[in-house]
Amino acid sequence: MQNEWLYVGLFLVVGAIIPAAAIIVSWIISPKKPNPIKQSTYECGMETVGENWVQFKAQYYIFALVFLVFDVETVFLFPWAVALGKLSLFAVIEGIIFILILIAGLVYTWRKGMLEWV
Amino acid sequence: MTLPQIFFLITAFVILGSALMVVTTRNLIHAALWLIVTLFGVAVLYALLNAGFLAVVQVVVYIGAIAILFIFAVMLTRKEMRDRGPQLNRGWWLSGVIAALTFGGLFWLLQAWSGFSKTAADFPSGFDAVGQLGNALVSPQAFVLPFEVASVLLLAALVGAVYVAFNRK
Amino acid sequence: MNFWNNPVQFISQWLTGVFAGWGMADWVASLLIQLIGVVVLASMMMVIDIFLVWVERKVVARFQDRLGPNRVGPFGLIQPFADIIKLLIKEDITPDGADRVVYNLAPIMSLMSVLLLWAIVPLAPVIFGVDLNVGALYIIAAGAIGTLSIIMAAWASNNKYALIGAFRQVAVLVSFEVPMIATLLIPTILARSMGMNDIVQAQDVWYILVVPLAAIIFMITAIAELGRTPFDLNEAESEIVAGFHIEYTGMKFGLFYAGELLHAFTFGGFWAILFLGGYRLFGLENLGPLVAAVILFAKALFGYWIIMWIKYTLLRIRIDHMLAFNWKFLTPLAFVLLMVVALMNAILPHNNMLVYVAGMLLSNILLGWIVIEILRVHSRRERERVEGKNQMIEVAHR
Repeated sequence: MQNEWLYVGLFLVVGAIIPAAAIIVSWIISPKKPNPIKQSTYECGMETVGENWVQFKAQYYIFALVFLVFDVETVFLFPWAVALGKLSLFAVIEGIIFILILIAGLVYTWRKGMLEWV
Repeated sequence: MTLPQIFFLITAFVILGSALMVVTTRNLIHAALWLIVTLFGVAVLYALLNAGFLAVVQVVVYIGAIAILFIFAVMLTRKEMRDRGPQLNRGWWLSGVIAALTFGGLFWLLQAWSGFSKTAADFPSGFDAVGQLGNALVSPQAFVLPFEVASVLLLAALVGAVYVAFNRK
Repeated sequence: MNFWNNPVQFISQWLTGVFAGWGMADWVASLLIQLIGVVVLASMMMVIDIFLVWVERKVVARFQDRLGPNRVGPFGLIQPFADIIKLLIKEDITPDGADRVVYNLAPIMSLMSVLLLWAIVPLAPVIFGVDLNVGALYIIAAGAIGTLSIIMAAWASNNKYALIGAFRQVAVLVSFEVPMIATLLIPTILARSMGMNDIVQAQDVWYILVVPLAAIIFMITAIAELGRTPFDLNEAESEIVAGFHIEYTGMKFGLFYAGELLHAFTFGGFWAILFLGGYRLFGLENLGPLVAAVILFAKALFGYWIIMWIKYTLLRIRIDHMLAFNWKFLTPLAFVLLMVVALMNAILPHNNMLVYVAGMLLSNILLGWIVIEILRVHSRRERERVEGKNQMIEVAHR
């Protein structure tokens, strides 16, 4: 157990308590006069029509999917980047091949038209 | 009991409790949010084990990418956010027995293993864990082949995802 | 050990003595001292956050040829406190159908994700929360919690506009995270460490002079990460009114707002740490840690000012343009730059600083020039295509 992670944990707790305290204080001192019209869902002054649910484009999902693959791959590159100063040219080129495969994926999705917002 | 052990117990209970909530809650988004709590708990376990890199990667990949993907998927596919059907099917007792047996077997196996009771390794100061990992990833004596194969695997995953999404259009 | 050379250690040693005098166990005392450190740092950031409201309003006023807040106190300095009191005593409205727990958790997480970033900021060589050896990834991890808070806020408010805004925002956030990670790798390569303090210590020459392209890309992705103009689709007020925090009132809205301002300032700070030498300024930081902290805050304000400058100058970009800009321009460019830097780092001699920096700088400028040429050719072709289409339409109309 390292002290640095304990510190981060404490920061997590304190960072949550500060805004929570602000909300609680405002909850204590603010007036509470609810009524149905005030609490209705906002929709530009009109009455809300239909369900509060809209169909989203599948494109959002595609971008998240492509992002996921890139995220996992670039995470692999961080240890390589840290060690880069001590590595031989061979090892550096291995990392570059890794990035090239990554770019190949990007080019493929691009050519397939998955990066278009249609 | 030492401080790390207390932390471990709390984290373990949070992980198990939230995992239970994932499968029992009827609201799909709530299930996804409980799953995030579980995944975050695993990140805390990594931090307790002195594996800082893994802890951060757990948060970046699982919470930053996969959980977001889950929530997107739930919001895109289900018009109804609630699961109306019964939560148990007919074979529930069978799966319960199998789960209990598997757990018992694993418990019995791990009980005999000496590595189980070890505490987290303490690094000497100035030990560059991430640098060592990077060295191992690209050195021919260690993991260079898995490293490159992993990138090809991820490329295949990307191609597969694009193919599936493309066909549906 | 005196106060001037190492204030944090001085105070913590003094506190250890005091707590030992009270008969406290060692580990309780060290835990308590860490807790005090965390509380002091976090509350200091909240106080700075309050003044950021004033800075933001004053600067935007100047950009728009106004005076800004100038009634309450000298130069309107008391204005943010008046704002806070107003937010605190406003009625807190929870809309029908809101998921109360998630609804209240979202603003807390939003501010927490920003505060968490300050745990790793080195204010001076000896003043920092914690010097994680995975600092660069930690920035991304904290951002992931922020992304989550946006989607939670939108879903819990049960509002169409909120969901649309959140979806757009999250799509932009995750997209721009890819070039951001790639540019975070570049200082990591140059400093051979992910730790923020190591990166600052390694900057004998500021990295903006070594890899200017990376500094520019990081700034762009940071602005997208903040959801500020020109990437502020999440709150495009002409279409979806306020985006994901549309149903939030009073202090909860205030927390989102405060989180956004502090986030901008924080990314200004990280930009300064990664590319402007952090707390270093021509040896001035050797005068003392407090001077170094002042230097860092000044640089962070400078970064924040650039972010504001861009926000109040540019227009909003359409979402398809924004994503195309990211995936078809920034991402390939960032990865090519990463490869170039890795290769140059292997080839250039490390013992000769001048040759090393000049080589890096030249390769950056060359890459930038090639990119601009490609863009020029592309835009010419695009213009010809559109003009050709217009001519055909004209002919058809005749």
